[in-house]
Amino acid sequence: MRINRMNFLKILGLTGLTITSGKTLNASPDPESQTEFFGILYDSTRCVGCQECEIVCAKAHDLPQNASDDMPVAGVKRNTNENRRSVINAYETKNGEVYAKNQCMHCNQPACASACLTQAMYKTEQGPVIWREDKCMGCRYCMVSCPFDVPKFEYLSPNPKIVKCDMCFDQIESGQLPICVANCPAEALSFGSRRELIAEAHRRIYANPDLYYDQVYGEHEAGGTSFLYLSSVPFAEIGLRTELQKSSYPELTKGFLYSVPSIFVLWPALLLGIFKSTKSNSNIEEEYE
Amino acid sequence: MNNSAHILAKDNDGTPLWTFLREALKPKGKIFTPFNVVSIPIILLGLVIIIIRFAKGIGSVTNLTQEVPWGLWIGFDVVTGVAFAGGAYVITFMVYILNMKKYHSIVRVTVLNGFLAYVFYAGALLLDLGRPWNVINPIIGNSFGVSSVLFLVAWHFLLYMIAQLIEFSPAIAEWLGARRARKILSGMTIAAVIFGITLSTLHQSGLGALYLMAKEKIHPLWYSEFIPILFFVSSIFAGLSMVIFEGSISQKVFYHQINEKHHRAHNGILQGLAKICAIAMFAYFFLQLLVFVHGKRWIFIDSPMGYWYLTELLGFVLLPMMLFFYSYRKQNVFIIKLAAFITMLGIILNRLNVTVIGFRWDAANHYYPSWMEIVVTLTVIFIEIWIFRWIINRLPVLRDAPLWAQQIDSETKK
Ligand code: SF4
Ligand code: SF4
Repeated sequence: MRINRMNFLKILGLTGLTITSGKTLNASPDPESQTEFFGILYDSTRCVGCQECEIVCAKAHDLPQNASDDMPVAGVKRNTNENRRSVINAYETKNGEVYAKNQCMHCNQPACASACLTQAMYKTEQGPVIWREDKCMGCRYCMVSCPFDVPKFEYLSPNPKIVKCDMCFDQIESGQLPICVANCPAEALSFGSRRELIAEAHRRIYANPDLYYDQVYGEHEAGGTSFLYLSSVPFAEIGLRTELQKSSYPELTKGFLYSVPSIFVLWPALLLGIFKSTKSNSNIEEEYE
Repeated sequence: MNNSAHILAKDNDGTPLWTFLREALKPKGKIFTPFNVVSIPIILLGLVIIIIRFAKGIGSVTNLTQEVPWGLWIGFDVVTGVAFAGGAYVITFMVYILNMKKYHSIVRVTVLNGFLAYVFYAGALLLDLGRPWNVINPIIGNSFGVSSVLFLVAWHFLLYMIAQLIEFSPAIAEWLGARRARKILSGMTIAAVIFGITLSTLHQSGLGALYLMAKEKIHPLWYSEFIPILFFVSSIFAGLSMVIFEGSISQKVFYHQINEKHHRAHNGILQGLAKICAIAMFAYFFLQLLVFVHGKRWIFIDSPMGYWYLTELLGFVLLPMMLFFYSYRKQNVFIIKLAAFITMLGIILNRLNVTVIGFRWDAANHYYPSWMEIVVTLTVIFIEIWIFRWIINRLPVLRDAPLWAQQIDSETKK
């Protein structure tokens, strides 16, 4: 059998596609070089648990309203799901009942977006991570990858969508506030550039050290997120994940993805080499043992 | 088009195309074999479930949850199925690259098996996609998610299927009696093999890399940054065990198609494969030990999951590895088959432990596959076996190539 050089090269060329994939890894904009991300700061010491943010969020995104008795109760964890993008939970702590909002964290380098093979999950330059219906193929790899378990899937629909908070991206683009921020009666939510919000959060802690737990959740978690939390108690007590790594999650697959182009160059060359050498020193057809 | 039909008609010893096709589609052999009696009702039921799935959504037939979005269809059909299909790249590597002639007689059947496994098990992925009509997006290029491991794996599946089809295509040409086509296609084999091995290395490990971002979700005894390497190394003996297993069955079921010489050679082939399995498993076991020490995993051992982990590693890796070594020494074919069988169970365990059992092991309500997910999985497997049998009964896969093809081969060798 003769090796057809042209064919071989042609086929190798086909994989140029995969080779370039190693070079253009940064699907998410580099936080340093981009315009600043927007973010939301949630101050749980101000939150009164009125659920106004839940109600307006559902209304704005055509989702069903909660049943009237579906209220935050300490000890009962209410989850976001395919029918609600944001929930308020109550936690019993040493400082009494504390509320905490739960929704997409809008990571700086989102696992979901780097997982998505169609770029349906997408980190916008403004900061919100959005989901694009026309691209998504419903593989749910974003759900597997998100360290906060945020994306939810409509399992009972033949035309399912991924449901998650998008920081009201349309509102932001037209220069308005996210619905929840605009409607919070207790000013527990603030909107702004991520950098300013972090500064503001630290200022609040500094001004009131007895009130606050001395950390801003989201400043470093999972490589930093656009949604930030202040709390009077350690974050684990209000249901936030504190076991997460501080570096970004897409980082975990980089080693593998970077090795792809080199294998694509080295392997065929190596195999071809072995092929040539075993071919030249073998006899025509040996009998079976 | 016209041209190929012309070649076909002429090369195929003058049989008109339509008679040929009619002959080809006729069932061969008995209808009421035990396999048929079991598989046909299950396939029919499975097809009904698939229809329900597309009409009412994935949740109507599966037990998937928001926390566990990938279940049996991914963890078993795709991840485990592809590991078992690894035999094709290992055998082509041995035969075409290392020039180990001894294994030549099993190349075709292994490649066919691999190809069908990819078509069906990777095809099962489509059932699991919520919005399968958008599957063209990452293919036609209007949305390349190039930083996604899944993007890489999906593309490699596709390209590897093509490579395998090329590797297998001379058999199709022989069946059709297309001499000229066969010549061209045979000339492409080595390129396809080299390309295929490269792709396999990457996507066998890529299947493991899929789970790298699920760092806190997979039990620490199964999660490590080395999942890709472990998946790759284990795919070697997973694939070969499948070859041993499938070969033992084919030897019986398709007895008459295999010529005397190959029958006699079969035990020698099994012994060779057993040796390679044993060595690969030794490397794998050693790697697992390194990962164990590196990850300081002993702190997890004294727990139910820890015992489960030990069962997998000792009972389903170490034990069959020793059996393989032993059988090679004793030239005992039965033990080889036994070891292959245990190894396959071990691979199923390992892949399911990473993807299903150890995934969100701490979740309040754990995921168990529904009976419908299992039926669909069986449906996929059974249809694959049907097609496999259909091809084996017609194409020169196990049996010898037609005389004209053998002549051409021996001429080019000179
Ligand atoms: S929290 Fe999850 S869904 Fe939201 S941006 Fe981060 S990875 Fe994506
Ligand atoms: S489910 Fe959709 S958004 Fe999520 S990774 Fe798959 S294609 Fe992307």
